[in-house]
Amino acid sequence: MSDWRDDIFAVLQDHDIKQVYHVPDAGHSRLIEACQKSNAIRTLALTTEEEGVPLAAGAWLGGQRSVLLMQSSGVGNTINLMGLTKTLRFPFLTLITMRGDYGEFNSWQYPMGQGTPKVLEAMGVLLYSVDSAAEVKATVDAAARSAFHGGQAVAVLLRQKLIGIKTFGKK
Amino acid sequence: MSKATLRRRPLVKKLLEGADDNLLVIAGLGSSNWDITEAGDRPLNMPLWGAMGATVCMGLGLALAQPTKRVLVITGDGDMLMGMGSLATVASQQPDNLAIVVLDNEKFGETGNQATHTSPRNNGPTESGAGTDLSLIAKGCGITDSLIVRDEGEVLQLVKDARSKKGPVFRLVKVMVEKLEFVMPPQDGAHLKDRFRQALFGRP
Repeated sequence: MSDWRDDIFAVLQDHDIKQVYHVPDAGHSRLIEACQKSNAIRTLALTTEEEGVPLAAGAWLGGQRSVLLMQSSGVGNTINLMGLTKTLRFPFLTLITMRGDYGEFNSWQYPMGQGTPKVLEAMGVLLYSVDSAAEVKATVDAAARSAFHGGQAVAVLLRQKLIGIKTFGKK
Repeated sequence: MSKATLRRRPLVKKLLEGADDNLLVIAGLGSSNWDITEAGDRPLNMPLWGAMGATVCMGLGLALAQPTKRVLVITGDGDMLMGMGSLATVASQQPDNLAIVVLDNEKFGETGNQATHTSPRNNGPTESGAGTDLSLIAKGCGITDSLIVRDEGEVLQLVKDARSKKGPVFRLVKVMVEKLEFVMPPQDGAHLKDRFRQALFGRP
């Protein structure tokens, strides 16, 4: 079976994603590198996750599809600008690697990790959640369809159970 | 530093004179929105009514998606201060079709003309800022073609640079504080987006 991050890359290609926004993230690193190496995709590193929302709006104004890759700790940074997805009503897709979730070691990750689904829901973002590698491809594909065919703002929560627990060398 | 003498409305009118289908304009919330609208509302204008700090990034996403069109971002110092990191993100992409013009009156105009950080330091208890130079910030972020415009005699070159010079171009224009009439475009964001895409692609 292929690596789930490679599955996501395949889905992004299937859906003709042209711009990928990210803040460096361990969970997404393999996917980010695949995007950086692709000639079909423009990959932008952001100074803060909130830049990803207006970038996606601008890309859509110009006829291109995009995706924002971020960690749950970055979700809070996007919330005000997430309102753009409602005011402009444009398709928006974000893939979120969860921290402060299943077996998290770092207490500082819990507040935003646990708040992530609630604040996204409060801003009207449709949530998909996946915690097993076998379901990643179908889930991200469904999310992309909801976004780019259904015109929705959609977030896929890639749960910590899927990503693995960061231990900082502790057992 | 001498007082600003440039007036924003005639300047924006010159920036947008003869705008055709090759010019895509994004304006930041508040005064810049009213400025481009007074110059003449058009489908390929995207005037923002909110999303403070987001204007430059919206222009960048658009510039990358439409590399053969000119993208002009017009915004104010308050909006630019809230999204300074986006200048580094622009620099990382070096879009050759993007120009950013910041109309700097050193005030938060929509909330009662309070001093922004671009106001001088030691300017009294309510009028002091930090003397922040946004053109230096842009340069420091990696947008090497960054200049300050203060005089009427520089406006013709400003217009040329904003409309056609190889980007990314950043121009900080020091403008007067003025009380101006509100000239408002449609407010519905979905409508503004749809008419923009309709004009570009023939479908929303």
